[in-house]
Amino acid sequence: MSELASSSRAKRPEFRNIHALSDLPTYRLPPAGWVSILHRISGAILFLLMPFIVWMFDTSLSSEFSFAKFTSAFSNGVGFVPGWFFKLVALAILWAYLHHFIAGVRHLWMDINHAVSKEFGRSSAIVTLSLSLGLTVVLGAKLFGLY
Amino acid sequence: MAVNFGSKRIVVGAHYGLRDWLAQRVTAVLMALFTLVLLAQVILFQGPIGYDKWAGIFSAQWMKALTFSVIVALLYHAWVGIRDIWMDYIKPVSVRLSLQVFSIVWLVSCAGWAIQVLWRL
Repeated sequence: MSELASSSRAKRPEFRNIHALSDLPTYRLPPAGWVSILHRISGAILFLLMPFIVWMFDTSLSSEFSFAKFTSAFSNGVGFVPGWFFKLVALAILWAYLHHFIAGVRHLWMDINHAVSKEFGRSSAIVTLSLSLGLTVVLGAKLFGLY
Repeated sequence: MAVNFGSKRIVVGAHYGLRDWLAQRVTAVLMALFTLVLLAQVILFQGPIGYDKWAGIFSAQWMKALTFSVIVALLYHAWVGIRDIWMDYIKPVSVRLSLQVFSIVWLVSCAGWAIQVLWRL
């Protein structure tokens, strides 16, 4: 006991007041950890971009005239905002939706099957990450007119 | 029935939080199904998607009813998720409450706008 109480032992780290810039980048997350934090980040992105999503819903649906405005926003831009910027925001929504969707299905699958083994957690996380990123690249290339 | 509000409200123990946990999953399933239904209609259509086809998808009465439910589901789903983010990271009560009120206004405004777009179609 005296050894434990002695001050010669290295000071144990404390995890209070985690600093976003100096601490967070030093964390090394397993794949499931990445899926988890990206699930939260993608949800926050979709929340913040919600007015833009509803704007797209509105302009694409309301009339033939507004539909033309919708398509021209992505090619010619609106006001001082260039068209590529609209595409970039759409790309962010695309990734956020794909990740949130696939990670959500993974959640549901684990709830239904009680498939909470360490190995399934890891392999399904890798599938989630590669599927969401892969689909973002494929659909994003279409969005930017690469094919 | 046992009193479960005010100072008597039970905030610990089995099933606490179950309602939001379940609501998050039920709304997620509904939105996922909606995504598949919408995707199917877009993909199964031959040729480029113009305004007529796009507006035609949403002008069907059953699609309006489904989309309406999805907007409400999304409203609640996003509220639970965003509220959890504020509760995890924002400790000062005044800042947290302000952000929560902002989130509600943000989400309800978007939902109202989307519903208006839907039903005037």
